[in-house]
Amino acid sequence: MASFFTSRLFFISLALVIIAATLPLYVSGYVLGLLTVAFYFGVFAMAWDLLFGFAGEVNFGPTFLIGVGAYTAGILNAQFGWSVYLCIVLGASASVLAGLVLALPALRVRGPYFGLTTLVAVLMLQNFIVVFADLTGGEIGLTIPDVITINAGANYWIALGFMTISAAILYGLSQSPVGLVLQASGQDPVQAGALGFNIVKHKLAAFIVSAFFSGLSGALLVFYFGTASVGTVVDVAVGVNVIVSAVLGGRRTVLGAALGAIFLIVAGEFLRPTGELATFIVSAVALLVVLFFPGGFLGAALSREARS
Amino acid sequence: MRAFQILIDGFAISALYALGATGFTLIFGVSGVLNLSHGAIMVAAAVAAWAAASVLNVGTYAGALIGVGVALLTAFATYFAVVKPIQDSRRIPNEEKEIFVLTGTLLWGIMIQELIAYFFTNNAKTVLPIVEGVVDVLGVRTPKNEIFTAIVCCLVIGLLWLLVNRTRTGKAVLAASMNPRGVTLLGLELTNIYIVVWGIYGILAGIAGVLLGMFLGVSSYSVGPLTASAFSIVVLGGLGSVSGSLIAAFVVGYLETLTAYLVSPAYRTIPALLLLVFVMYIRPQGLLGRR
Repeated sequence: MASFFTSRLFFISLALVIIAATLPLYVSGYVLGLLTVAFYFGVFAMAWDLLFGFAGEVNFGPTFLIGVGAYTAGILNAQFGWSVYLCIVLGASASVLAGLVLALPALRVRGPYFGLTTLVAVLMLQNFIVVFADLTGGEIGLTIPDVITINAGANYWIALGFMTISAAILYGLSQSPVGLVLQASGQDPVQAGALGFNIVKHKLAAFIVSAFFSGLSGALLVFYFGTASVGTVVDVAVGVNVIVSAVLGGRRTVLGAALGAIFLIVAGEFLRPTGELATFIVSAVALLVVLFFPGGFLGAALSREARS
Repeated sequence: MRAFQILIDGFAISALYALGATGFTLIFGVSGVLNLSHGAIMVAAAVAAWAAASVLNVGTYAGALIGVGVALLTAFATYFAVVKPIQDSRRIPNEEKEIFVLTGTLLWGIMIQELIAYFFTNNAKTVLPIVEGVVDVLGVRTPKNEIFTAIVCCLVIGLLWLLVNRTRTGKAVLAASMNPRGVTLLGLELTNIYIVVWGIYGILAGIAGVLLGMFLGVSSYSVGPLTASAFSIVVLGGLGSVSGSLIAAFVVGYLETLTAYLVSPAYRTIPALLLLVFVMYIRPQGLLGRR
């Protein structure tokens, strides 16, 4: 861990954050808005990678945790008028609670079965949002009266700061003894258990941390958009983007997941002139990365560094 | 009256679910591959059948054949362009191949979906039915197309059963699902068996897709839900168990039909999802699954 502060990765990350922090001084509000969303997505992807990359569990339902956080915060603000910050805290807490409920089967099933359980959770949440349309706004979405701020630069800095702090905590956790146990249990649960580690406890912890950051990020995103809808925070397609981000950026790297998310959002926007084909091109690029550079962006860069 | 209606409608939709899920479970059973581009292949078949029959005017039979052919080609493309390269890759550790196949086929499915949306728009398309008209069954006015769908589904599943249990090729496929290494020791090429299985899969998915297109209609939005429903039926029945997924298809099909008629169409999928979660809690390996 201490060696991280002298590593090349640390200095590159620091430089990137400093450069990113100066952006509002010279780029347009449009670019800032795009990056703000990308940063929140970066936290989604990092939280997902903590669970997959380190505990070896394929969570097909990252948007269940994100959606619970986002909608709890949104509903409390829109229907009861509670203050933004209280709503954000409660949204993140609701995600942790939802994570616990979801983790119960996770402790019993593995692999594709676990993947399905998490996928079903998303489909159920989606159904409930549509059925309880009075409360949630249904398919149209929920309009949220309050926002944190309307200043594009301030929003950008909040998102960047949030992503940087989250990255530091999640990366630190992944490199800590807890992270190493998680990694071991992801690769060979039987052996890790035989070494005397309580795998269930560690995985539960990973789930809760993942849920906390997903929910917090989802709640913040809602107060940035000023609206919550199935299409932006719950839909399976959003979850796919989160997973693809993490694999694209480099699984088991945490930081790579954020890079993957930023790439995905920015590339999607750049390709907007191609209309319907934008998603096709992004998916094709992602597939090529999966096939030819399975380590992802950061994985490829790190292995080159390790070799030299 | 209403009971008969639920019985008939439920049977047709269940048979279609069963056919849709059979190919998916076959591939998993034989090669351990969960193909998340399944829904995209079914929609591709339906859209091809629609385009051939409605735009090129080749007739309903030729249109249906073209649809199945497109599914077959897409299935082979999925195997050779996505699944095989990942399985053969030396850069991907063996224990992670599963997640790479999932991610790869997911992306592939999105690519197919987007191409369909680009060339044929997002609008729902209904394939011209092979048989038209309505008949009276037990006092229920039933479209002939619905009966046709149910019959074809049952026939195809029956044929598959014969193929797997009664022919040499089928026995090789069965053997490969039990002991892949043993099969190679007998001098059979595993890749050849996989190609046969993907071929069978393509035809099954194609027929299911075209029938779905005639029965309910499809659009590029159907891709995700179709994959998800095949996935849940297969897991509910037990991964790799064909008879398990047949049972699960009928349970889900009837549960959805009952909910739609007795409660409200808006709640249609919720009880089936709840049942799935419940089964996962008490029997994580599915109804007839092996762990």
